[in-house]
Amino acid sequence: MKTFSNVNARDAKQAVALSQQARKDGKTPAFTGGGSDLLGMVKERIITPDVLVHLRGMKGFDQIEQRGGGLEIGGQVTLDTISHHPLIRSRYAVLAEAAETVATPQIRNVGTLAGNVSQRPWCWYYRNGFPCFKAGGNTCFSIAGENQFHAIFGGGPSFIVHPSDTAPALVALNATFKIAGPGGDRTVAASDFFVLPKQNAAHENILKDDEFLASVHLPAPRPGTRSTYHKIMDREAWTHAVVSAAIVLEMDHDICRSARIVLGGVAPVPWHVPGAEKLLVGQKITPELIAKVAEVSIAGANPLAKNAYKVPLTRNTVKRTLTELTGLTG
Amino acid sequence: MADPVSSFDVSRREFLEGTGAVALAAVAAVPALGADELPSVPHTAIQVTINGVKQKIDVEDRWTMVEMLRDGLGLTGTKIGCDRGECGACTVLLDGKPVYSCSNLAVWADGRSIQTVEGLAKGDKLDPLQQAFIDHDAPQCGFCTAGQLMSAKALLNNNPHPTADEVRAAMTGNICRCSNYNRYVEAVMSVSGARA
Repeated sequence: MKTFSNVNARDAKQAVALSQQARKDGKTPAFTGGGSDLLGMVKERIITPDVLVHLRGMKGFDQIEQRGGGLEIGGQVTLDTISHHPLIRSRYAVLAEAAETVATPQIRNVGTLAGNVSQRPWCWYYRNGFPCFKAGGNTCFSIAGENQFHAIFGGGPSFIVHPSDTAPALVALNATFKIAGPGGDRTVAASDFFVLPKQNAAHENILKDDEFLASVHLPAPRPGTRSTYHKIMDREAWTHAVVSAAIVLEMDHDICRSARIVLGGVAPVPWHVPGAEKLLVGQKITPELIAKVAEVSIAGANPLAKNAYKVPLTRNTVKRTLTELTGLTG
Repeated sequence: MADPVSSFDVSRREFLEGTGAVALAAVAAVPALGADELPSVPHTAIQVTINGVKQKIDVEDRWTMVEMLRDGLGLTGTKIGCDRGECGACTVLLDGKPVYSCSNLAVWADGRSIQTVEGLAKGDKLDPLQQAFIDHDAPQCGFCTAGQLMSAKALLNNNPHPTADEVRAAMTGNICRCSNYNRYVEAVMSVSGARA
């Protein structure tokens, strides 16, 4: 592997300072948590950092704490911890279930929430050294190429899909993200963290140089809230979502008070479908309504040459997830 | 790089036995690997417990854990398959949990504990899991076996009587090119005292 130095940050302030200092010294820094993805990219020379700022040892960033009725999850908490945490399982099932579907036990044991949310795309062109938008170029090779796993919503000029399973869950839960950076901390809604390629073709989120995702806050769930994550893969395990659905429903007996539906694997960001959610609010959920919601959730789909199969797959994933979550039979 | 193994004078067998005397010898014997020859390569002195033996070792920052284990310490039971966190051949236990040693840096193991496949047998007596792998003809080419053993061991440490589905889930991250998955599951189930 390329040479680099590793520095263990004590706290967020020092981590940011170490990254800034490296840049001042003419070196390329990179933040790392679990490092699984980062080291793979270094080995493939997709990135060539000189200084790794290691975040996992930062005090307090691997903690899950109840705060303001909600839950504060440190960015360095592992996916394995999230998937087993009793409070997350009982109150934010969609997040525990999403974390549980990521990769393999070996990766979940070191992979962090911040890393999963901030990971780079897994488009095979980007990962195999093509000079695409994500690598700083000005082409998306998937448009005329092998695009069976690419975006059906929100594409252009790049057609990557956002690879994270936990990201759709966090957007569905109305999470807020705390970002550490040179100006101190700033807080944004999870939905505002991710950006479409038309806004910024080279990056998937708003993180700037020397910034990293520090922690995630989940608001207290309203009474009657239930949630789940459903992930469709092209094999049974150890891969990214072809399509996934993160759904949070607030139910008052059989009436839906509010709904959040966020799709994964289909767009360059976690894909929120407010038009479909609106149909559910104030309604008794029936199989007929679910079918209508599923149909509306694919409105605006714009598939490429080889991924049109994702459109009915998305519709049926929404239908199945809602059906299971409401205990109805389809 | 200098050959670090040649300057590492504790034999593999002595190391495996893990006596207190060996532990002391190991701490004294491990030199700053390659540091004299490559002063410009960042390196860090770490302390790590490997198969119960506390070690001090100087590692290059860019070394993965498996490079430290194989090239630095001669513990070649852990294999490098894909070297990109996909196949599981390099699985070791870090503080009791299975991780890909090709996708973690050696410096990140500072102050922590690693168990490798060499740490399973007690002297010449195989771990029951290793014996079960033999009895069930679980390994074919054998390249993935060390990793399969470590994932299975981690599961059984926390869940001595898993269901077959739990075994499959725990071993998801270990790919077998010979595709002998059913035998691996049977072997693990036999140790747990349950039937697949």
